[in-house]
Amino acid sequence: MSDHKTMTINLVVWRQKNANDPGKYENYTVKGITEHHSFLEMMDVLNEDLIKSGKDPVAFDHDCREGICGMCSQVINGMPHGGQERTTVCQLHMRKFHDGDTIYIDPWRAKAFPIVKDLVVDREALDKIIQAGGYTSCHTGGVPDGNAILIAKPVADEAMDAAECIGCGACVAGCPNSAAMLFTGAKVSQLAVLPQGKTEAKQRVKNMVNAMKECGFGNCTNHYECQVSCPKGINVKFIARMNREYLKAQF
Amino acid sequence: MILDGKCPTGPIQQSWDKHCFDLKLVSPANKRKYNIIMVGTGLAGGAAAASLGELGYNVMAFCYQDSPRRAHSIAAQGGINAAKAYPNDGDSIYRLFYDTIKGGDFRAREADVWRLAQVSNNIIDQCVAQGVPFARDYAGYLDNRSFGGAQVSRTFYARGQTGQQLLLGAYSALSRQIKAGTVKMYNRREMLDLVVVDGVARGITVRNLVTGEIECYAADAVCLATGGYVNVFYLSTNAMGCSVTAQWVAHKKGAYFANPCYTQIHPTCIPQAGDYQSKLTLMSESLRNDGRCWVPKKKEDCGKHPSEIAEDDRDYYLERKYPSFGNLAPRDIASRAAKEQCDDGRGVGPGGRGVYLDFSSAINRVGEHTIKERYGNLFEMYEKITDENAYKRPMRMYPAPHYSMGGLWVDYNLMSNIPGLFVLGEANFSVHGANRLGASALMQGLADGYFVIPYTIGGYLAGVKPSGTSTDAAEFKKSVEDVNAYTNKLLNVNGKKTVTEFMRELGGLMWENCGMARSDASLKENLKKIPALREEFWQNVKVTGTGAEFNQQLENAGRTADFLEFAELMCRDALHREESCGGHFRTEHQYDDGEAKRDDANFCYAGAWEFKGINNEPELHKEPLKFENVHLAVRSYK
Repeated sequence: MSDHKTMTINLVVWRQKNANDPGKYENYTVKGITEHHSFLEMMDVLNEDLIKSGKDPVAFDHDCREGICGMCSQVINGMPHGGQERTTVCQLHMRKFHDGDTIYIDPWRAKAFPIVKDLVVDREALDKIIQAGGYTSCHTGGVPDGNAILIAKPVADEAMDAAECIGCGACVAGCPNSAAMLFTGAKVSQLAVLPQGKTEAKQRVKNMVNAMKECGFGNCTNHYECQVSCPKGINVKFIARMNREYLKAQF
Repeated sequence: MILDGKCPTGPIQQSWDKHCFDLKLVSPANKRKYNIIMVGTGLAGGAAAASLGELGYNVMAFCYQDSPRRAHSIAAQGGINAAKAYPNDGDSIYRLFYDTIKGGDFRAREADVWRLAQVSNNIIDQCVAQGVPFARDYAGYLDNRSFGGAQVSRTFYARGQTGQQLLLGAYSALSRQIKAGTVKMYNRREMLDLVVVDGVARGITVRNLVTGEIECYAADAVCLATGGYVNVFYLSTNAMGCSVTAQWVAHKKGAYFANPCYTQIHPTCIPQAGDYQSKLTLMSESLRNDGRCWVPKKKEDCGKHPSEIAEDDRDYYLERKYPSFGNLAPRDIASRAAKEQCDDGRGVGPGGRGVYLDFSSAINRVGEHTIKERYGNLFEMYEKITDENAYKRPMRMYPAPHYSMGGLWVDYNLMSNIPGLFVLGEANFSVHGANRLGASALMQGLADGYFVIPYTIGGYLAGVKPSGTSTDAAEFKKSVEDVNAYTNKLLNVNGKKTVTEFMRELGGLMWENCGMARSDASLKENLKKIPALREEFWQNVKVTGTGAEFNQQLENAGRTADFLEFAELMCRDALHREESCGGHFRTEHQYDDGEAKRDDANFCYAGAWEFKGINNEPELHKEPLKFENVHLAVRSYK
């Protein structure tokens, strides 16, 4: 509310008109920011200022603004989503910053994620990986009763730990190799630990790993930057699990 | 005109099965000759696109996000209802049906609600087969919890992210069909017009949000699964991109809009912190399984730290007012009760607009660990937004716009009054009446998508000849011209106020005058102010950039322009409905104890509005509601 002190923030933001434009950083100053502003609300303030002065506002992806849709995607001071543990950009709040701070904002940078405009990238490659096998091939209707398949709590919990992935692509943006191993590993593992997914496990992991390569993602060299970047705290053990599944699938 | 919902007759228990048998079928070989457009890829649209593709139809699916996995169904937290009766607590299809009719304050169609309750069980099975990791017990069985408006535990959940998991299940089924080539996915497209040829829905016109190009698509049927319209309040729990646009353009092309005044204000959301705020965040209703709502009994205690307020000085107002349902009173009732306490000067937090949701007795009973396991992600989210630890200090909550029960009018087959236009999920008006119960939105979305539309659309298509995907007809060309002209009009106003400023102003008017409490005077005030604001918008809005590029300002401007028209209809509907029911509370119509007073003699109908031009009065059509299986009664949760 108004009784809080306000901050002035300096921003260095990547601006790029479209995929073919070389792009460059622009400097901005935003005033009147309180500790309760979310990071994106601070960006809203910047954009309102830009529009009022007849300039093109900064394009950025965002939608649910409650940390679940996976749309928001900004590298803040070198860290995807700003580096606060288990936090998306939209859930990052300005109380984590100080008056007078200079903040650098970049888009996700990866060969597989071409830039659409400014901070907006094309993440269709992640959809392609799921299309390659991120499902059980059950039909609508004609499935057994939910309780006919018993799944002990620890197994259901492990599947859920993997299934929390929101598909934002921060793991790719954080990885020095632009690998999508954590994203792919999470889906492979979710379906590999559950009995419903076991029948197709071998084909699934092969197809998804192939799709990953075809989309231009790199490979894993154990930096674990993905886990640190992940706003849902997906563990790198799921990459190990995928590697095991991949090996098993060769025989 | 009296509308006919074309509901099956005879005993309700057999109504859906009988109807399915009576529907005409399209043979497998003929299905591939038909094209279907699906707009929206949330639970309803995603499930429907996947299921129709699997059946063999050619499906074209559209979403405004960069991926179908991001639809706002993903944000649903608490759970999904089904009448499985696994806990042996007396649940049944009939009870789910009954609770939903009563929860909706007797303003929904019986037949539709029965079908919903009946297929609810199939949904759980379907999701399990897809690999949705529902919560399980140590023996491996599915776990349940309770939600508002029910005295049984019928809610299935996946931590606090049930919507996410169900949507990812539908998205995985959709992805499988995209791979198989039965569904063609069009991301980052926003529907801006419905193309009607000879009175039949034949296609859509969309803006490619990346290139700005206006594109046309033709099919044999168009399905809208585009969600709800509570962003008309500006601040709501909906995603930023949620809008009335697809519904509204269909309405302007002739589709009736039913009960737009039925909007749900969710009782437990994080209170607004400042004017800059862009959205409100919901805290799942499931929290009311273990959280207790209270405010100080004495006004002078409101400024104190909650731990300094003695147990005897706390008013657990829901437990006091509704002893048999307690903290799990339905949403409309819990929201009004919260507002009542705050209006009485006993609210807490900034501006006195808040009530406590307190977990201390549950933590004492089952331990912090268990509470963390049940709601950990919600407590985490609360802390990120408010900087407060809810394990130590009660959450502060205030009601916020969350869901729209109203929507485009559809018959029992989910077809609007325009032949070939189907409406699914939140975008239609069909099952929630005047108030939706918790964990029923996910149920409806998936019911419509997996188990209703695959049957009913066949009944329609069997009666029409496949017409191909050519967009040569004059109506398509006209549609593109109209959309282009409209876009240019938005870009050429070149005024001084931003789109957000207009939307915030409209939202303020709607929240104040057509929100949790509405009156003849407040609604009439809005009916004066909204047209004036709309006029100002078209004189003074500033939209930067061009139409031929990625332009989020332009997207928002279009959505705001539609809200500025729709808001008037919503107020008009609220003004005409001279009764209180569910989420629609008219201050003139209440009992002495402040409960909603329905008027069944005069308003036991769905009100469906026909568009007659922007500044003209719409025409009201009525569909009478009959209650043959549930006795029309005063709704009580006491």
